[in-house]
Amino acid sequence: MARIETPADLEQYRLQLREKFGKYQYAVSVCGGTGCRAYDCINVFETLREIIDKKDMSHTVNLRLTGCQGFCEMGPLMFIHKNGIFYVRISPEAVERIVESSILGDEVVEELLYKSPADGRRIVHQQEIPFYNKQRRFLLAMNRDIDPLNIDDYIAKGGYGSLAWALFESSSEEIIDIIERAGLRGRGGAGFPTGRKWRIARQAPSPDGIKYVICNADEGDPGAYMDRSLLEGNPHQVIEGMTIGAYAIGASEGYVYVRHEYPLAVHHLLEALDQAREKGLLGKNILGSGLDFDIKVSVGGGAFVCGEETGLIASIEGKRGMPRPRPPYPANYGLWGRPTNINNVETWQNVPLILQMGADEYAKIGTEKSKGTKIFSLVGKINNTGLVEVPMGITLREIVYEIGGGIPRGKAFKAVQTGGPSGGCIPAHLLDIPVDFERLQEVGSMMGSGGMIVMDENTCMVDIARYFMEFLTHESCGKCVPCRLGTKRMLEILTKICDGQGTNENLEALESLAADIKASSLCALGGTSPNPVLTTLRYFRDEYEEHIVNKRCPAGICQALITLRIDPDTCTGCGACLKICPVEAISGEKKQPHSIDPEVCIRCKLCISRCPKEAIYTE
Amino acid sequence: MVEIRVNGIDVAAEEGDSLLQAAERAGFRIPALCHHPALYPAGSCRVCVVEEEATGRLVTACDTRVREGMSVLLDTERVRKARRTAIELIFSAHPLHCEVCEENNACSLKALAAVEGISGRELPFGQDLRTVVDANPFYLRDLSKCISCGICIRACQEVQGVGVYEMQGTGKLARPSAAMDTSVDSSPCEYCGLCTSLCPVGALIAKPFLHQGTEEKRVVTTCPYCGVGCSLELRVRENRIVGVAAGVTASVNDISLCVKGRFGLDFVHHRDRLRKPLMRKGGELVEAEWEEALDEVAARLAEVRNRHGPQAIAFLSSAKATNEENYLLQKFARAVMGTNNIDHCARLCHSSSVAGLAASLGSGAMTNSISDLSQAEVILLTGTNTTVNHPVIGQVLKQAALSGGSKLIVVDPRELDIERFATLCLRPRPGTDVAWINAMARVIIDEGLYDGDFLRERAEGFEELREALRGYTPEETEEITGIPAAGLREAARMYAGAERAAILYAMGITQHVTGTDNVMALANLALLAGNLGKGGAGINPLRGQNNVQGACDMGALPNVLPGYQRVDDPEANGKFSLAWGRELPSTPGLSVVEMMEAARKKEIRALFVLGENPMVTDPDVGHVEEALRSLDYLVVLDIFPTETAELADVVLPGTCFAEKEGTFTNTERRVQRVRKAVEPPGEARKDHAVIMELAARLGYRMVYETVAEIMEEIASLTPSYAGISHERLEEGGIQWPCPGPAHPGTPVLHVESFPRGRGRLTPVHYRPPDELPDKEYPFLLTTGRLLFHYHSGSLTRRARSLAEEVPRGWVSFNCEDAERLGLREGDKVRLTSRRGSMLSRAHLSRRLQPGMVFATFHFSEENANLLTNPALDPVSKIPDLKVCAVKAEKVEGGIGDAPAPAT
Repeated sequence: MARIETPADLEQYRLQLREKFGKYQYAVSVCGGTGCRAYDCINVFETLREIIDKKDMSHTVNLRLTGCQGFCEMGPLMFIHKNGIFYVRISPEAVERIVESSILGDEVVEELLYKSPADGRRIVHQQEIPFYNKQRRFLLAMNRDIDPLNIDDYIAKGGYGSLAWALFESSSEEIIDIIERAGLRGRGGAGFPTGRKWRIARQAPSPDGIKYVICNADEGDPGAYMDRSLLEGNPHQVIEGMTIGAYAIGASEGYVYVRHEYPLAVHHLLEALDQAREKGLLGKNILGSGLDFDIKVSVGGGAFVCGEETGLIASIEGKRGMPRPRPPYPANYGLWGRPTNINNVETWQNVPLILQMGADEYAKIGTEKSKGTKIFSLVGKINNTGLVEVPMGITLREIVYEIGGGIPRGKAFKAVQTGGPSGGCIPAHLLDIPVDFERLQEVGSMMGSGGMIVMDENTCMVDIARYFMEFLTHESCGKCVPCRLGTKRMLEILTKICDGQGTNENLEALESLAADIKASSLCALGGTSPNPVLTTLRYFRDEYEEHIVNKRCPAGICQALITLRIDPDTCTGCGACLKICPVEAISGEKKQPHSIDPEVCIRCKLCISRCPKEAIYTE
Repeated sequence: MVEIRVNGIDVAAEEGDSLLQAAERAGFRIPALCHHPALYPAGSCRVCVVEEEATGRLVTACDTRVREGMSVLLDTERVRKARRTAIELIFSAHPLHCEVCEENNACSLKALAAVEGISGRELPFGQDLRTVVDANPFYLRDLSKCISCGICIRACQEVQGVGVYEMQGTGKLARPSAAMDTSVDSSPCEYCGLCTSLCPVGALIAKPFLHQGTEEKRVVTTCPYCGVGCSLELRVRENRIVGVAAGVTASVNDISLCVKGRFGLDFVHHRDRLRKPLMRKGGELVEAEWEEALDEVAARLAEVRNRHGPQAIAFLSSAKATNEENYLLQKFARAVMGTNNIDHCARLCHSSSVAGLAASLGSGAMTNSISDLSQAEVILLTGTNTTVNHPVIGQVLKQAALSGGSKLIVVDPRELDIERFATLCLRPRPGTDVAWINAMARVIIDEGLYDGDFLRERAEGFEELREALRGYTPEETEEITGIPAAGLREAARMYAGAERAAILYAMGITQHVTGTDNVMALANLALLAGNLGKGGAGINPLRGQNNVQGACDMGALPNVLPGYQRVDDPEANGKFSLAWGRELPSTPGLSVVEMMEAARKKEIRALFVLGENPMVTDPDVGHVEEALRSLDYLVVLDIFPTETAELADVVLPGTCFAEKEGTFTNTERRVQRVRKAVEPPGEARKDHAVIMELAARLGYRMVYETVAEIMEEIASLTPSYAGISHERLEEGGIQWPCPGPAHPGTPVLHVESFPRGRGRLTPVHYRPPDELPDKEYPFLLTTGRLLFHYHSGSLTRRARSLAEEVPRGWVSFNCEDAERLGLREGDKVRLTSRRGSMLSRAHLSRRLQPGMVFATFHFSEENANLLTNPALDPVSKIPDLKVCAVKAEKVEGGIGDAPAPAT
């Protein structure tokens, strides 16, 4: 069937698809997310396909290479739909056995199952793994079940049903009411109520009637890859959300602004757009409703500041991506001067979900002011690196310890950084705060787009502040003075402190500069840029003072302030450190405790990584 | 009206005002570095932060719009701290070695630091940008001083419409960069210098004004170059011009100038300036005393008159001279010498406009004003390379297009810069204007796009015109003009479909043997569409010289007295005869080209040239030289030893615009003051004083105490100038007609009626140019000008930066033709026409149609006028300077020096 002309056609087509998919005896999903691709999942998938082909089973096995399934720590991942078996860390060599035992048979390959680090127990089913069972995967679950390059998968799963309902069963005002009642807030960082934003754009007059909707896929926080994975794994839900938004607002054209570092997302999105157009779900007269709406993809150069609405708009317009003062807000004066509504990928994906669930049902998830789920990319010093989708209101402790499985090698938790470079570091004593927009802000951080970096005892908080400041001095567009030069001066001070040349006045200067930068920067990038410094100063001031007063880096990170030593009682004199030392700072007789000459040592710590006895420590 | 409170005081603001505008209008001072009222606010320096009382938020005053009830505090603790921090931060990346500040103590940052009590080293100094770029003759860029405020970027994009600069790099490395961080000379920079004038610090420095010291006085005057009439503020120190600024209140140009106005005025002090009279003795021009020179001139003129009659004397007046000087010279010619043989270079540029528009409408000047172009929905540009020849009008056009308000239609045989801003571009063959314009008229009539009411009430001749347009369907003319019929129809629909549509044209229309017909054909269009007598419309000849309009107004023409009062009209003649106390000749005199012919035939024996250079500017200069050499007596009054002066018997040193009082009348009929800024060099005398001296020697009383008195006399005899006086002009220019002292002037002509009553639709027919390419002379030569040079080059080639940028001329060839001729860029090439030959070098251009070549007349040694055709338009006597046939040959031994800039 080429073009779907009516909602009834869509339903009929869906039934046909379900019937078609129902005919498969088996369905297998191999995770093709960017994380798993790094683990060579493509090879796993190709091997699987070859075996299936060889066995002439291609019409009985529905094979899918999907988007990110979340558990990146354990990739490559494979899910077998028939029996719910979930395999982790699969090598191409293991595929044959999986086919024989678990696809053709009903046996489980024990050693490929997830092994609980707590008790060493093997877990067969995905839902029983702690990483998954605390999550509520309304959005991410789809990633496992569809092939992003095949619109039929999405439609069979109910896709575009919300759009049909919106166009034919509802009015644009009603849609906005529903979004408002559901309590959806922007997932891009600031948490502005989406419904209210839409209403402003709907009511804003346009000089020629043209309005735009934009999907912000310029995810730029270090360590964050939620939007990337949603776009790679389920582009149609973004398209459907944007189309519904366009209908509600009265927009006729949409843009997805995506960074060029996301080639797979761009590829999947372009393919999805083509397929949607072909099916009549995008373009002229969508589903016969009379709605004309199409989406263009604008690939950005990867500037962090283009995640800021006005910078993003400037970039689409072909200008240098630099924010401009607001007001006027894009809702009134946006792309090419027309009313424009911008939401990020995750926000758009929530839209079809809300229409499907109903506002009331959706609003049951989360807290009073923060509704629904939020996806975080859980990274850093954490056992279960991956993408997690949790209901708003869950505590940081649950995320870190239950879903994340705690800190590797039994180290102590020190802080969790949320909200990216604009966010802050939250210390251990606040681990029990519920994760919602307000609470995170109260403690000096923010929701941001969902980056969550866990830090352990070996993280120096001054160094972390310096790292984020360095990122920001580079990503500042340079337009306004506080951000362009203020961040640079702050970085210089932080660098001095890390180098052991800090003074107590430096802390005052940092706080003073931070206050002025916060108060007088042009856009949110500048306005929030002091946050990593301010939160670390707030919660870890003693660490700064240690650097300044005692010239010590308690975490043993700042090179100028540490000395590497070998514990003579532990050292066995194996010589591993001596061999790797690039400056020949280590000496010692074979089988005798070695020692490090601090004058020669450049504190590269290669020796620490090589020592089998963990005999080398920093002081 | 929006009510806001500033520091607790009620302030009435305009809707859309920024806080800064509203507060400053109410007398508050808010410091800012990146702000300029002509540019969109950027909110970059953050120095103008103020505190919003209700929220306690700091907002920048420059980019925050006033809202009803808003209350802001300008001086709270937080505001002061944030402001200080911003300034301290800027200083933390800005060097303090201001002992060599190139801004001549005009650095805004330093001034601000002084006010705020900032030493500039509160924060440790650390600089990331250091480069000094010296890549062009006009200005330096010193990035070590740049504060990355972006004013240069905005000025270039928003005002000049060019966009040389963009921010490059991020964070601390963010800085304005040109042409992908290469250098300005590989960018499309037009060197208007606006960025240098707005840069708040010394990061962009105009070279001519580098280390010139602080001025002692500032003199507001009018630019001596083109007809736009930009107001200048000259900065003067020790009798030298040490700076040029725009931004004069109520000026045509606001903050803009072009490269010539801003960087090209150093000719005033050039060593070549004539300082003493020169007399030919023993075949050589040698220095002489004024008395001797004046006595001889008077005696020789009297001798010629006595021996050969007054008609043996002729005068070339000057479109560069003031109104008062032109008035006196024509008075001298008519009253003292008794001849109407006076003309000037307007003959060569817009005599066909004067003739054509006078016939169609009754008055031969630009009907509308530069400022009302922004009201036009459609602007038809034809035969005008506006951005090059009238750069500041070009900038107004770009702004009109950029703002989205105006659509431009460009019809020109060459591809022009302005086309980047155009909606529709059509490319006719040179000399086929009547054909395409008629076809447009035909479409307007056929499709019923004409303004019936307007035609009924204000025009005549519709039926005759309709009849005459029979053979001019766009399909029929396509063959002649090369313009596709569909494009022409679109142009007609756009032009006639707009409520307000303006026509702008220049010498591409006028300098043809069909010049007058071309102009009348355009007038037909304007009449048909009812596009006359209202703002944003009209038919607008863009006049070339600074005072070509005024020289015409003043009667420096053979057939009319001041104010276009005909010499053969007994009433007018009587009036002037009475006023001047002499019986005035009533037979029209000879025009420029006719004078040369008459000189060759010895019918003209003596020629007095005021500030003209026919040896370069007239067609077929070989012929001109022959004519000038045939004269018994040639007098040249000029500021430089021009090519014409070299042939003179007496050369008298005159004064330039910066050394005298007077008025210029710009292209939009705006009479503006010229004021003395510096003393003339050596013994150079004011031109009007020279004429007065000669008159006295010839027994005619011509005495004026001041130049203002001359204007009083002009006003008393010239109805359109009746209300104009130097005193009134102190407040700013006035556009004629200005019939009385209380009359505000006339920005738009023909609002109620035309001088001739009804506008006349005139049937005109296509005639081919006088000379077209043939087998022997296969190329069509068309002529034009360059942005960096002016007219015969006598001024611009003596302006250091301009001469350095473009030291010499070239001939442009279409790339295909060049390939056929084996020409590469810079190759030596000889162009030959039936009249002469010149050696130049080749420039390869994609902007020309095949078979066309292009050259200028700025460079006497490679002058297109050695080749041009002196064939005349029968009505206006304008020569066909835009079309002649030439052949081209490659000459071995390429010149191959500096590449030619794109034309």
